[in-house]
Amino acid sequence: MKGFLNKIFDKVDSCVRKNNSVGENDGAGNGQEASDGPGADKSNLQQQAARGLLIFSNTTEVIRAEEILKSTGYQIRVVSPPAQYRTGCDLAIDFPLVEQVGIIRCLKEEKIVPIDVLPLSAERLEPLRLCRITDFGDYLMVKAANMKITFHKLTWKIVNISGGGCPDVPYLAAEMIGKRLPEAPHPKKLGYTLCAYSLSVAYEEALRIMEEQRC
Amino acid sequence: MLILAGTIPVQGLPLLAGSGNLTPDGLLIDGHLLDQNRGTAAMMTTVAVVCKKYGLPAPLCVTAGDTGKRDGSSKVYAYLTERLSELNPQVIAFHYIMPDIRKNNQLVKAIKQLKRKPLLIADAGSMYVAKAGGHAPYYDIFTPDMGELAFLADEKADHPAYTRGFIWHMNGEASELVQRAYHWKNAADILFVKGTTDYICRGGQILKSISEPSIPELEAIGGTGDTITGILAALAYRGTDLIEACLIAARANREAGRLARPTPATQVKRIIEHIPQALTLAEKWLIESQIEPLGIIPDYIQKSTTLSEEQATIH
Repeated sequence: MKGFLNKIFDKVDSCVRKNNSVGENDGAGNGQEASDGPGADKSNLQQQAARGLLIFSNTTEVIRAEEILKSTGYQIRVVSPPAQYRTGCDLAIDFPLVEQVGIIRCLKEEKIVPIDVLPLSAERLEPLRLCRITDFGDYLMVKAANMKITFHKLTWKIVNISGGGCPDVPYLAAEMIGKRLPEAPHPKKLGYTLCAYSLSVAYEEALRIMEEQRC
Repeated sequence: MLILAGTIPVQGLPLLAGSGNLTPDGLLIDGHLLDQNRGTAAMMTTVAVVCKKYGLPAPLCVTAGDTGKRDGSSKVYAYLTERLSELNPQVIAFHYIMPDIRKNNQLVKAIKQLKRKPLLIADAGSMYVAKAGGHAPYYDIFTPDMGELAFLADEKADHPAYTRGFIWHMNGEASELVQRAYHWKNAADILFVKGTTDYICRGGQILKSISEPSIPELEAIGGTGDTITGILAALAYRGTDLIEACLIAARANREAGRLARPTPATQVKRIIEHIPQALTLAEKWLIESQIEPLGIIPDYIQKSTTLSEEQATIH
């Protein structure tokens, strides 16, 4: 057991040393809020801003998750989480936020579920779950963040998907358009990115509307 | 040279770098036929259509297959970073790509080492990573929709999905969102905001707005923002005053929509078919409306560039 913990602490120390040596603020032991001024030096801040933390219930899960994600090719690393993020575990995985959906699914397939997922530099931020509806007569469009899904009101057929900017969006559109809402693949099952996450929010809202109409 | 860069959602599609040529069945790049129906392919097809109309050399299309696993995106970043100095482009339009701050930083560094800065247009994932990397002001044009404008306006959001609710709710307040985006240095020199009303913005201000002809169905049709980016890129390459190019792109996209008589179920292919005629209508509208150009003419245009010179560079 001692050897196992030493291995973990060595990883953290090594990571912290490496980053201190280049003056990079990677959030290891530092979860401070972003500077607010428009003139603030953004380079280091922005490097950090696009990353997030996976918090797990125990360190064994962290190590397993690290091995799985690295072998899958994700650019992640084990770090010491900021004090305010300690939720029963002293380690976390630093990962690219934009790949959250794919990473979570990859871990779930291995029966590993993080107890929390946090943006590293913007701890108050959570993925937007608000939706906006546009009625086109025979069609409804549901918009969540930058993603829109449009379906026919009577047949529930998905007729268009628009918005987004990550590479899986056109792929998801090709897979979902032409299918009825209940039969379409869930974006969380096919997608890998935050755009896929937003599309899943819109898709779930569309399903909810469909269920309401049926009742 | 006009370079178009972005990924295509085809698993295993190798890196392609070649002229984008129109065929009746789709866009032909480096021996591969691509479906033009949305995303990067819709943008590239639109550019090819506009270049053909004006007799411009075909664009150099740099793309690779990526369904969200980053493989194709990495190839596109690497190709551009390594090859830009030989290609010496005048305009680059960046499109769907997996945001990767480190790789994009390397790409921006490579651009900064060029003898002449190309005009940089970014949409979709390329725009997200430009903002996230702190490079937004280095770019010349961003083409966000209203949801993406809210993301640019939110100094704390790393991706549109993380836009804070109170900013996302400012949907009808384009002016304030534009001011915020420029205030936080998260805007390119020019913002072309696509929506029910299109806004052309610079320096924190809305310079022009276009809302006619009004075709609300366009918002639902995937790819209609990509066509705007494509028209804009080709017009910029042609040497058109950039604000004038934005105005023509906005009006032409709407005219193409009107000519296609769309429903929310229409696919963007049908809109693209009408772009050549729509451009003629938009140019006529611009002349009749007597809008004065604002003098933002790209200084990079080399009128002597010929198709054969560009082909020689590509290969």
